[in-house]
Amino acid sequence: MILVWLFVLPFIGGALCWQIERFGRGLPRWVALGTMFVVLALAAELWFIGDYSLTLLGARHVWVEEFQVPWIPRFGISFHLALDGLSLLLVFLTGLLGVMAVACSWREVQRHVGFFHLNLLWNLGGVIGVFLAMDLFLFFFFWEMMLVPMYFLIALWGHNVPGGRGRVYAATKFFIYTQASGLLMLLSILGLVFAHYQASHVITFDYSALLATPMSARLEWWLMLGFFVAFAVKLPVVPFHNWLPDAHSQAPTAGSVDLAGVLLKTAAYGLLRFALPLFPHASREFAPIAMWLGVLGIVYGALLAYAQNDIKRLVAYTSISHMGFVLIGIYAGTETALQGAVINMLAHGISAGALFILCGEIYERLHTRDLREMGGLWSRFPFLPPIALFFALAALGLPGLGNFVGEFLVLIGTFKVDALVTVFAASGMVLAAAYALILVQRAFHGPVRGPDTAMLQDLNGRELATMLTLMAVLVWLGLDPQPALNLSAAPMHAVQTLFQQAAGTAAAAPGMP
Amino acid sequence: MNAMFTTAQWLALSPILIVSATIVGAMIAVAFRRHHWWNATLVAVGLNLALLAATWLVLPLLVDGLPVAWQAPLHALLGPSPLPQFVTPLLVIDSYAAFYMGLVLAAALATATLSYAYMEGHKGNQEEVYLLLALSTLGGLVVVCSRHFAAFFIGLELLSIPLYGMVGYLVRERRSLEASVKYLVLSAVASAFILFGMALIYSQTGTLLFAEIGARAAAVAGAGQTVLLVGGGLLLAGIAFKLSLAPFHLWTPDVYEGAPAPVTAYLATASKTAVFALLLRYYVEARGYDHRALIDVLSAIAILSIVIGNVLALLQDNLKRLLAYSSIAHFGYVLVAFIAAGPLAVEAVGVYLLTYVVTTLAAFGVVTMMSSPYRDHDADTLWDYRGLFWRRPYLTAILTVALLSLAGIPLTAGFIGKFYAVAAGVDKNLWLLLAVLVLGSAIGLYYYLRAMVQLYLRAPWVRRYAAPLNWARGTGGIMLLALMLLMLWLGVYPTPFIAVVQAAVLGGQ
Repeated sequence: MILVWLFVLPFIGGALCWQIERFGRGLPRWVALGTMFVVLALAAELWFIGDYSLTLLGARHVWVEEFQVPWIPRFGISFHLALDGLSLLLVFLTGLLGVMAVACSWREVQRHVGFFHLNLLWNLGGVIGVFLAMDLFLFFFFWEMMLVPMYFLIALWGHNVPGGRGRVYAATKFFIYTQASGLLMLLSILGLVFAHYQASHVITFDYSALLATPMSARLEWWLMLGFFVAFAVKLPVVPFHNWLPDAHSQAPTAGSVDLAGVLLKTAAYGLLRFALPLFPHASREFAPIAMWLGVLGIVYGALLAYAQNDIKRLVAYTSISHMGFVLIGIYAGTETALQGAVINMLAHGISAGALFILCGEIYERLHTRDLREMGGLWSRFPFLPPIALFFALAALGLPGLGNFVGEFLVLIGTFKVDALVTVFAASGMVLAAAYALILVQRAFHGPVRGPDTAMLQDLNGRELATMLTLMAVLVWLGLDPQPALNLSAAPMHAVQTLFQQAAGTAAAAPGMP
Repeated sequence: MNAMFTTAQWLALSPILIVSATIVGAMIAVAFRRHHWWNATLVAVGLNLALLAATWLVLPLLVDGLPVAWQAPLHALLGPSPLPQFVTPLLVIDSYAAFYMGLVLAAALATATLSYAYMEGHKGNQEEVYLLLALSTLGGLVVVCSRHFAAFFIGLELLSIPLYGMVGYLVRERRSLEASVKYLVLSAVASAFILFGMALIYSQTGTLLFAEIGARAAAVAGAGQTVLLVGGGLLLAGIAFKLSLAPFHLWTPDVYEGAPAPVTAYLATASKTAVFALLLRYYVEARGYDHRALIDVLSAIAILSIVIGNVLALLQDNLKRLLAYSSIAHFGYVLVAFIAAGPLAVEAVGVYLLTYVVTTLAAFGVVTMMSSPYRDHDADTLWDYRGLFWRRPYLTAILTVALLSLAGIPLTAGFIGKFYAVAAGVDKNLWLLLAVLVLGSAIGLYYYLRAMVQLYLRAPWVRRYAAPLNWARGTGGIMLLALMLLMLWLGVYPTPFIAVVQAAVLGGQ
């Protein structure tokens, strides 16, 4: 039941935010903040009461928490929520960044406060649903459901960047990319269900039942591609990344935090939970291509980040680069690499989220996001620049912070599989140093530009508290990643087992089209 | 032919009889005294009774889906279902017919309540619109029950001819009249196509009964097959006109735009649903699926409809025209399910049409609310809806849900419909059609979102239209709120509706 509350609470809280606005403009913020704290507390409670060291028993997953009721019996669809360590980590991340997203829009959002928080919370509720759904129909349901609130967040509270095509354009692009690729996934889901039906004459959308569905290699390949494209768009993998810089640069701060911190992770989660275990043979065949796509993403994202003048676009491109590591880690398929990918997801969620919050804070004070108009900010703020430096260093993979652990594990885990990929992927860490330092250099050092050289209002208590929290979590992940690794160990071991088992059979399988 | 009907036959025929009686009653009432509220209520009561009768017919079939403990007492209460009943060679009332009768009647009822809200401010005669509506509904009922070319044609004409009057009801307005004439001419052409097609089929098979056509068509040899094929093609073209499938869709946007909003709602829902149900019955009973060539033609029509409907909708700044093009695309999607054939396809078509009717009624309902009180023309440009959310949040919520439902986003009815259509297609490996469906949906998102975001942007200074503040108090408003709940219910928990649709099986499946 606690799982139901986890995703229902944001929906109730969101509706409450909308209605409570009539009693006071500030109230929705408190309601939203309270809701996200409760979600966070629930996640923490789950962490304490559950035993996450369980692994697979035979072919069946053992879930730490489970909730299942029939929903649409006609198609064997049930409302099936379940939780294991991976889900818990990501729900935790969602709760944490949810609190941050509410906090960072405290001053930024002044129009239609109630409706804004409704969209924010509903989006987060949908994301939590994605992390918990263990029925493919339900998963798809949540997958699509989280898009509409995000669309509104970008389209209504976004920025119209000078020279850009406007926030409605960006929002629409985001929506169409993800929805269209989602429909391909729906085709794949149905294809899988009917393949399972032909083999067993049971029609079901249940995740555990659909694992190890017998099907021809050709069909498996196509179905896997359907899933992969949907996740690749959201991750994003480079040829499908076009929506991301636009969406990020026009979105409000909370929207960017949400997008970079949480939404991108749903794609990585989808690959780990669905694409690999459901189609192990095809994924195995596809792995080299996916890993090289990851390398492409790392290099391309880093190079483009270096060339940006808009600070939010810069951070957006770094996301593409970091997600490349995640993609490589997932498709390398060794336990180390998979664990690295998980840590990378968490660390990137926090560091990118923090950088976007900082971008928003700079924008609130300078009213520009153009790096050419900044410079010399170090002398105008006491706190903001060093904090930004901290997160920039996290992004470049400084040892001692979470991102380093993630990237390092990915690289170690991949080396045994494909040394060449590892070598090229490692170049990303060098490039990361370049873009992270150029960001700090251009924004904070050098001469003060513009006519105004007065001291700027520095971070207030709320902003400092959010930043310090995120810094603490990142340091914790960097110095003592073991608790997080323990949580994800069992599910990652299961993925790795499936993936390695496929190796033997994939070699014997006939050639792919 | 036995002219004496049994009780079961009378019972099965009751929806049709009640609507007929309503028509006579409405005619007399208008002649007796013109009074908007009384006349509207009379027709609404008649349609409600007919709907109840249709519901009563299918209820016994639904009992088996309920918990076991309830089944015995309910069976005792309801008795056995009288269905299916063959009434004369012309009509068959089976569960399939009863389901679609219910759908047509519900759509007609919704139209009646919307018309009441719309016509309140109308300066001319208000009462005849209900008479025409009831007449057209009767045609719809006959259409969904027909199993014979004669009933097919009579029903279709009875469905269409009152529509000419309804489309042109606002006689002082140029666009309404133009739409009426356009619809009249093209509809007549379509009827001619259908008649000619029937004649050709009759020439080869010597029968007008669907089931016998199927049996005898297989035995026709040589050149006769070509004649049959041409006949089937002509029939299909005529039906495609009525369903506004591409390339026979040219009348749609103009008529949708020109007709009064409630009439457009009726045209888009009840009329098209009835014709589609008939097409499906004809194909199943007359074994249209055996003709590969006709299925290929249908596939081409489906692809064209999806592409043309969606692409042209991109260019529209007028909500009614946009919905017109989107309806072209939607019937393309239903055709995908239709082409899949088999029991799952019949079910998919039923669910799709149900979700489509609910959604379309809600969308046009909001247009109606915005357009009344009566002005020189309806609130139909997207600009009229700009920033509506900040003034009428609940009305806007209804339109938002309707647009999302049309786009097929989860949580709304449209997703379940689309899910069913895709499932039917995947089941039969119609990958090309599915690819087009996905592409079309992706294009569709653009214009639905474009319309939707207008509702939330900052409102313009000059406002020409706004729904009256008390819009939700009238029957039309209540009906709209109910439709929104229904859209969400269908989207979140469709199981009961699926049970109803599953009960509506076509004979011979």
